[in-house]
Amino acid sequence: MTTQTKIVTSRAPVKEAVKDASMLKQKEMMAAHYDRLTSAPETGDKVAATFVPGNLNELLMCFDLLNNLPEVNAIQNGLRRVSGSYVLEAEKIGHSEDVCTYVKSDIGMMAKGNLAPNGKKFPNPDVLLLSYTGCFTFMKWFELLREQYKCETIMLHTPYMGDGKITKNMTDYMVKQLKEEVIPTLERVSGVKFDIDRLREYLKKSTKAEDDLVRVLQSAKSKPSPIDAYFGGIYYIGPIFGAFRGTQDAVDYYKFLREEVEDRMAKGLGPVTPDGDMGKEKYRLVVEGPPNYTSFRQFWKMFYDEGAVVVASSYTKVGGVYDFGFRHDPDKPLETLAEYCLGVYTNRSLPMRIDMLVNYINEYEADGLLINSIKSCNSFSAGQLLMMREVEKRTGKPAAFVESDLVDPRYFSAANIKNRLESYFQMVDQKRAGVDAAA
Amino acid sequence: MATPLNAPATADIIARATALFEDLSFTSAREWKAAKPGRKVIGYMPIYVPRELIHAADMLPLGIVGGGDQLEVIHGDAYYQSYICRIPRSTIELGVSGRIDFVDGMLFPSICDVIRNLSGMWKMMFPHVYSHYFDVPQNYRDDIGGNFYVNELAELRHDLSELRGKPITDDELRHSIKVYNENRRLVRDLYDFRAEKPWQAPAAEVYLMVRAGLVLPVEEHTVMLRDYLAAARAEERPMRDNCRIVLTGMFCEQPPLNLIKSLELSGCYVVDDDLLLVTRWLIGDVETAGDPLVNLSSAFLHHSESTAAKYEPNQKEKGQHLVRAVKRTNAEGVIFAAPSFCDPALLERPMLQHVLKDAGIPYIAFKYAENSGQMQPIREQAGTFADSIKLWSAA
Repeated sequence: MTTQTKIVTSRAPVKEAVKDASMLKQKEMMAAHYDRLTSAPETGDKVAATFVPGNLNELLMCFDLLNNLPEVNAIQNGLRRVSGSYVLEAEKIGHSEDVCTYVKSDIGMMAKGNLAPNGKKFPNPDVLLLSYTGCFTFMKWFELLREQYKCETIMLHTPYMGDGKITKNMTDYMVKQLKEEVIPTLERVSGVKFDIDRLREYLKKSTKAEDDLVRVLQSAKSKPSPIDAYFGGIYYIGPIFGAFRGTQDAVDYYKFLREEVEDRMAKGLGPVTPDGDMGKEKYRLVVEGPPNYTSFRQFWKMFYDEGAVVVASSYTKVGGVYDFGFRHDPDKPLETLAEYCLGVYTNRSLPMRIDMLVNYINEYEADGLLINSIKSCNSFSAGQLLMMREVEKRTGKPAAFVESDLVDPRYFSAANIKNRLESYFQMVDQKRAGVDAAA
Repeated sequence: MATPLNAPATADIIARATALFEDLSFTSAREWKAAKPGRKVIGYMPIYVPRELIHAADMLPLGIVGGGDQLEVIHGDAYYQSYICRIPRSTIELGVSGRIDFVDGMLFPSICDVIRNLSGMWKMMFPHVYSHYFDVPQNYRDDIGGNFYVNELAELRHDLSELRGKPITDDELRHSIKVYNENRRLVRDLYDFRAEKPWQAPAAEVYLMVRAGLVLPVEEHTVMLRDYLAAARAEERPMRDNCRIVLTGMFCEQPPLNLIKSLELSGCYVVDDDLLLVTRWLIGDVETAGDPLVNLSSAFLHHSESTAAKYEPNQKEKGQHLVRAVKRTNAEGVIFAAPSFCDPALLERPMLQHVLKDAGIPYIAFKYAENSGQMQPIREQAGTFADSIKLWSAA
């Protein structure tokens, strides 16, 4: 289970990234998915574009629709370091420098040929399923795509948990949208009749994968943590937040991943990093906010070089919060989809988000909180300075703040971030020394 | 038209509206509250809340649209990164500095992620104040979005009733709807009058008149509007050789008053805008017979303004409100003016520009902040735009 392979990434002519077996397995899954997508014009498969938070993959599969996620494409473009040129292209054709760089990467990619990571052209979507769960920008994003593709667009409005609770009115509203707007339109677009038992079967598979994902994420409570729940976590959430939730592939992947992680845990090993096994775990952190993707590896290295492992992160809950008990429930298939959408991290009120972070720091015995504030993501970023203070106040643990962007390389200042991180680790050391002295 | 001897002149009315605009301690609202024991004030942010519900609870709806360019933001900046717009930081400044310490509740409408997150911040920073995120539907079917919205309205009605200490009755609500219908009619009259004779109702004056409606009791504001319209119609003012433009993108964070003045000084008459939309969000009268919550919902779903914070289900309809505004007001161009870092306005802009391009309507775009100080670049841009429109027209 601890098989590790050194592979040469396409963009790194000299450096080799170490990947564990589950990463390689996921890579194959993703490649196969992109091949399915780009082959759609030949196979006749129909394609639905939709978003990660609140994505209804099980429902789309009921209509034999392939799921294409523009955010994931933007991430791929960030990791492959082509998003910068796409962002510039979008700005050249009139998009503001102030707005979400996922959107601009997507728009720029379209303008420059709409090529998938496999080098083939993405098919035009047959339908845009617009769930703007947790982020208003999604709504504008798909209005922009609709303008280009001129295809059917379905709005699924997820109310915001402003008062920290899911009300019956919210769930009823969402179920009614699903029954009377979303499903009939998907039937029309796909030509496939909706079968609720088929949905139940997919949901059963989702639940299995979710159980294993939670086991993986909660393995970070061990010392040392066998995983990095932020940088490594990005890989762990890939299938379930993307086009695989509800599939047997996802069930198999998460079982495989769980066994791999449990094996590492049994052996007392830390996380696998791109440079191999991490050395001694010196700092345990909770991280709030998305990562930077254009310098992902460099950013991660700043942590593992210092012996810092992320034991819990909020970003890995953006496509579903499972670790506080939620599971898709096959016995109430539409209600469970509604509750899933309502509960994703960015659809939670700021006090709820703070409660989660405090909980993570306590439960995972973390040394503190680090916020990576994203320039072009108001959904995450607005309010983070208050979150930082509040978490510090409630846990007594130090918090720090770095700034970067999702996929715009212009906003990644390595020296600045490194300086701040080094200062932060010193702060943690001082705090520990103070506690030790007091004891 | 002859002015009645005792009628106020525009200058007097505008002087009062200006004083209200400049008063960052909201003295008039404080005085209203203090005038009778038990009175309560409910603040609300852009772009729309059903003020009728607040009014029906005998409370004063108070529009909070940031601090403008006269407020020194000291504490508010500590809560936001540099890449977040200005309105939440100056609103926090208003809160932390005690300027709105008399407000009993705050409503944060569904407009964008920043205001949405501010609702949670407010709950934490001012726990003694009723604070509520007011969600609105993005589905416009009566039996889906309408049902959801009626229940959201019912929840707000319940909360306000609790605050007041007794239920809000249907009759009270119907009365409030009538009162606001009248106010909206006058705001529409004001906009129509300006579109007809923009030299008689300068944009900055119209703005101040509408802005006064955010802090005054609605009945008082209705009188003020009526007085202003009468006075403006009676006065003869010189007509400039300005072009006529529609201003869009200013529905949340407000521009400095000087920016609005600068546009006219540089050769652009503003004949329509999306400033302070709450005052005319509902396009026609709200039905007064029947269930008042259903009537408010129906008006919202079927007769409300188009703006970036709303989903447009029909692609063909996207941006057409702007084309219609241009035609209705005989405008010659559109100025996109959006606050820096305003996601809704800035993401919407390219789509609207495509629609205008297809319709052959010229436009320019710039950004501002509520505390922008330098108007010269905006004057130059707007002046060049006005000149180019005149040149094209001559050709």
